[in-house]
Amino acid sequence: MRRVLEFLWLSLIVLCIVTTLGCLLFLIVYIIVNGAEVMSISFLIESPRADMTRGGIFPALVGSFLLASGAVLFALPLGVLSAVYLVEYAGDRRMVRIIRTGVNTLSGVPSVVFGLFGLAVFVKLFGLGVSVLSGSLTLGVLILPTIIRVSEEAIRAVPADFREASFALGADRLTTIKNVVLPTALPGILTGVILGIGRAAGETAPIIFTAATFYRRGLPRSFLDEVMALPYHIYALMTEGTKPEYQIPIAYGTALVLLLLVLAINFGAIMIRFRGRRKKRW
Amino acid sequence: MRRGIIERLLLPIALLTWVLLFSIVAVLITESLPIFRKVPLFHFILGQNWYPVDEPPEFGILPLILGSFLITVGALTVSLPLGLGCAIYLSEIAPSRVRESIKPFIEMLSGIPSVIYGFFGLVFLSPLIQRLFQIPVGLTGLTAAIILGIMALPTIASIAEDAITAVPQSIREASLALGATKWETITKVVIPAARSGIITAIILGSGRMIGETMTVLMVAGGAAVIPKSLLEPVRTMTATIAAEMGETPMGSPHYHALFGIGLILFLVTLSLSVLAERIRR
Repeated sequence: MRRVLEFLWLSLIVLCIVTTLGCLLFLIVYIIVNGAEVMSISFLIESPRADMTRGGIFPALVGSFLLASGAVLFALPLGVLSAVYLVEYAGDRRMVRIIRTGVNTLSGVPSVVFGLFGLAVFVKLFGLGVSVLSGSLTLGVLILPTIIRVSEEAIRAVPADFREASFALGADRLTTIKNVVLPTALPGILTGVILGIGRAAGETAPIIFTAATFYRRGLPRSFLDEVMALPYHIYALMTEGTKPEYQIPIAYGTALVLLLLVLAINFGAIMIRFRGRRKKRW
Repeated sequence: MRRGIIERLLLPIALLTWVLLFSIVAVLITESLPIFRKVPLFHFILGQNWYPVDEPPEFGILPLILGSFLITVGALTVSLPLGLGCAIYLSEIAPSRVRESIKPFIEMLSGIPSVIYGFFGLVFLSPLIQRLFQIPVGLTGLTAAIILGIMALPTIASIAEDAITAVPQSIREASLALGATKWETITKVVIPAARSGIITAIILGSGRMIGETMTVLMVAGGAAVIPKSLLEPVRTMTATIAAEMGETPMGSPHYHALFGIGLILFLVTLSLSVLAERIRR
């Protein structure tokens, strides 16, 4: 009896993991299969036409690229420098704890609240309007905690001997950080960058009122223009417009592109981390 | 000389997250103050009618708070048992090679954007729910809860797995040595020992769910009435902000009311993450 029960319970656990992976795989396959029907080179390099019922998603691709790289450009230096402070300079534990609490709290803020913040500060207060710049800054704030956390982990993983060897050669702290610590931590920091890009490219709520537009002719001409973006495009195709029979297939295609993009980005980050772990000899 | 400047700038930069947090709070408070001058906070939170564009408008967000709460509880019901099951499988049962390949896979899945889940709910789950329950529209609280539950699975599974893996091996061995079976060891020894980590996972998970916007905006149906069942359209705080902010003129009472919702939402998620931090320590 005890054996049978034991077996049943353990099977139930296996059932959990099978169900979970099954659901997630089904979602991915479902979107790939349906999205593949509209996929073509022209879908990727053409602009939308005829009230969003024909054409491709090129402007949304470019828009997402601009928003994500803008966000990283803003968050990367600040994030890495914060991490450098946390690991290399913060002497007392209390300061580290205070800063880390700030990072954790910021990462728990709902994405739509970042949208409100971006609207009030970047769009209105700074007068940047609904633009690539406002959207990038908003997304930059959103991914800052991720970048700090991953960079901190990477910098902390650099062995103390490296630093001591550098000090022994007469280098001061800043030179050591620049020439020894950061280059060694680079693969880890890169993981953070990639994760940040993936996150920023997939977020919708923060850009609805700070950067995104359903439709614009051609690409943005400056950083103060509105942009189309992949995630917002999916949302808008499903909720706006009057011809769902044409819009839904395009939404499938857009979802496929966004999904593959984000999965590839995350896969890349995992591979870098994995290879970095294997190559380490210290 | 320049070196000194860079080194002295590091601390202010590291404190930037706090500056940002305080600015978020400041922005939410200043932008929502005008509405609290018109509608007292008490009426705002407990008011049962959200008719922001009627004449005269009514700004009561109780239906939205209850909507957020209902969908979060529903989603937890889906993702908690499954996520915990996954965590137990990965840390206690899986051979190390299976574990090493499933873990990164789950990590990868946790990056799928919420708008994709929302889209999937719209094109796949909602027609299914509609047929299954014979209801006029498939966009209901239940649809949103299921999708949100699936979406939170990777996060909950991986936090819970960390907590369970952190339980020292010697405790397990002691239990097995006393003649307990594997299952008895898991339920009577390992899980209780990992309790605080698992509770942290639940709290962090619910914080994410309450704050999640796109999925609920797309599949929950969006009726701003106090929900009576999960099979009705439900509207959350997040969905209201995202859906209405674009259509309201800046500076109108409606605009300020949406910031008011943002403030309440922020306070709720903030208290959850403070709670999680407390328990973790």
